[in-house]
Amino acid sequence: MSGEITHIFWSFGLFIVMLFVIGLYCVLMTYNLVRALIGLEILIKGVTLLIIVAGYVSGHIALAQSLVITLIVIEVVVMTVAVGIVFGIRHYNESLDTRAIEKLKG
Amino acid sequence: MTLNIFILLALIAAALWTVMTRSLLRSALGLALTSIILTILMFQLDSPLAAVFELSVCAGLISVLFISTISLSLPLSEQEWMKHMRERMARFWFLPLLLILVAVVLSFMNIKPTIHLPAPDKIQDVRFVMWHLRRFDSMGQIIILLAGVFGVVILFKEKIKK
Repeated sequence: MSGEITHIFWSFGLFIVMLFVIGLYCVLMTYNLVRALIGLEILIKGVTLLIIVAGYVSGHIALAQSLVITLIVIEVVVMTVAVGIVFGIRHYNESLDTRAIEKLKG
Repeated sequence: MTLNIFILLALIAAALWTVMTRSLLRSALGLALTSIILTILMFQLDSPLAAVFELSVCAGLISVLFISTISLSLPLSEQEWMKHMRERMARFWFLPLLLILVAVVLSFMNIKPTIHLPAPDKIQDVRFVMWHLRRFDSMGQIIILLAGVFGVVILFKEKIKK
């Protein structure tokens, strides 16, 4: 791995870690269900960028694109079902606040 | 590379705005903006097909999903809103500082181990990789899509009144 390629990978790596920190902080610190999903989306954006950068520096960009397309399909399905569940929770609890969800307690 | 650094800075700024902004609607729009900036970055990194998917699906479809959910939720009263905002600010003011801290620590640590990579791929056509080398992925995608469709159908199924 040449010096320039290493430099590109680790420069991107720094920003990817920052993106992970933002997403993780959002998921952990929020009480709003929609915001938690938005945090999850930011985490997925970080993963997408990581796959693309890894493909770019290793010369396997076609494979990386194929994996990213699969990732996007999975992301959409997960988000659609998650939004449906959030919708159901809002319908029963009249709120998107996680502290108001008490009907799951056994 | 300098241009990429500027785009990456814009990406982080958009993601930070998405998380920090008070309004949920602005948060959803911020997520769409983050996706658009990521798309530009993907074009820069020679991934046009994945970039088009990211733009149409993540910036378009998922934003529509979020905005429709937010528009169907009940707005808070002014008093509740103020209380909620004070609570939120107390929890989120630390995030920009944490980000700066992470960036400074990682820059000073200067972790750059040498990675041994396999030889570059001779096949650079993404369509060939998708339809010939990763054919099994398409099967998985179809199964996941069906699982999602059935999940949504079950979630929104109307109860039969007796």
